[in-house]
Amino acid sequence: MTSTNPHQRSPLLTAYAVLVFGFIYLPIVVLILYSFNRNGVGGFPPRQLTLDWYRRLFSDAAIWDSVVNSLLVAAASVALALTLGLLAALALDRASFPGKALFRRLVLLPLILPGIITGLSLLMFAVFAGMQLSLVTVFLGHGTALISVATTELFAGLQKLDRAQEEASLDLGATPWQTFWRVTLPNLKLSLIAAGLLIFTLSMDEIAVTFFLIGRDNTLPLEIWGRLRRGITPEINAISTVIFAVSVALIVIWYRLRARTIGTQVQELLEHP
Amino acid sequence: MYSRAYKAVISVPPLLWVCLFLLLPYALMFAHSLWLVHDGSLVHHWNLQNYRALFTNPLYFQVFLRTARIATSVTLCSLLLGYPLAYYLSFHAGPRKELLYQLVIVPLWVSYLVRGYAWKTILGSDGVLNGFLQYLHITHEPVSFFLYSPFAVVLMLTHIYTPFVFLPIYAALEHIPRPLVEASQDLGADRPATFLRVILPLSIPGLVAGATFAFVLSLGDFLAPLLVGGPSATMIANIVQSLFGAAYDWPLGAAISVCILLITVSLLFSTERLEKRWSFK
Repeated sequence: MTSTNPHQRSPLLTAYAVLVFGFIYLPIVVLILYSFNRNGVGGFPPRQLTLDWYRRLFSDAAIWDSVVNSLLVAAASVALALTLGLLAALALDRASFPGKALFRRLVLLPLILPGIITGLSLLMFAVFAGMQLSLVTVFLGHGTALISVATTELFAGLQKLDRAQEEASLDLGATPWQTFWRVTLPNLKLSLIAAGLLIFTLSMDEIAVTFFLIGRDNTLPLEIWGRLRRGITPEINAISTVIFAVSVALIVIWYRLRARTIGTQVQELLEHP
Repeated sequence: MYSRAYKAVISVPPLLWVCLFLLLPYALMFAHSLWLVHDGSLVHHWNLQNYRALFTNPLYFQVFLRTARIATSVTLCSLLLGYPLAYYLSFHAGPRKELLYQLVIVPLWVSYLVRGYAWKTILGSDGVLNGFLQYLHITHEPVSFFLYSPFAVVLMLTHIYTPFVFLPIYAALEHIPRPLVEASQDLGADRPATFLRVILPLSIPGLVAGATFAFVLSLGDFLAPLLVGGPSATMIANIVQSLFGAAYDWPLGAAISVCILLITVSLLFSTERLEKRWSFK
């Protein structure tokens, strides 16, 4: 029906949409293009394509150290944020306690608050608690701030969940613990993976909170930041391109995964109507 | 249906964590804002001097004003780009809708820093844009005012927040029951009338959510001014950052942070009300 809708044809709007897409993608295209430019960043058109910058990147130990640091922080943050986010989502969905509305707002606050506020308040906390700034404080910052992301994703997942399955499990004699592991968790698998991927990427990319909590070991964004202050080189384009490629790969994997899960769900539905 | 023990297990750990690592730090920030620095060390002497300094020193007011101006520009520009894009995808994209939607999402996964850096390489005086202009013989000297200006900050932040503004608007547009739109057309409203009187009012909640997001996050940004803004685009969060760094006056920095926090929270409260009033459920 929409295809016969006269609303459909609107060359002006289409042109505008194309321009907006152009604006969104222009910096990314420039970035990738100049990572292969022998003469460095800038100038037009790019001449003499080369892989030198990638070669230099792959032999740059400082960058790879920071990548390992970022991966460690991101993995730990995913574990922490998912665990606490799942509990928080369950609590918001099922328990009632005094201050629940306040708790919900507080958990979600880092999602909308500028990173500098969260970063600084945690810095003051670390100093107050006598903690040395290190990757551990960065992890505490990421993990805590990203509970907000986990909670929203998983709460949405819980809302879609069929409560009758859990009720049946409890009625048939399973303990709450068994019900949680065998019914609730498997049903939330998709939301858990989605939240995990999102938290991982956000942590890998985080800079505003990290800025104030970093000790001697840099995360990747902070390493790039330090180099930017010294001047721009196509090596940064190269690492950015690699990050971009990895991100896109992650998205594709995620969609494949989702398509497969939805596929099996549909199949099950067809076999056991 | 859930036992008391179950409820305790699911609510106590996140409550404790949030109190310890969110509530306590925010409270500490508030406490710092009421303390002082004397002879280079923190004095736990309760007073309102930091807030007095904020309201009497015209420098802070100026920077606050500039920050508000930049954040407003970013919000307006992101809406001008994001809304038509969402409208196009929701009503005109046809079968390509899903793919185009993904195309808007992908840049969200590209690092903030990387995108800022990309603009720096485009706008710089020996950057891509200048190279392009000289290549076309439009200019013969590098133009230096692209980079290190409030304009560059607005451009970079607009680029970052357009997809964020797009998302809630698109969701709101997708939720509009199509029969309403058809009814409007069947009853003789032309396209602009249908848009202004049916679609736009129903998309207000999404629009408000997106605008709030862009405004609040631009308001507290300190990286864009450092990266592409230069001294003429110093924003309020840059002042905070320098007070916590070289200038070493944590209490004053904390006072400014508390102001940013209060502005953010009150904005969220009022937009939440606005969204509720305009939602049609």
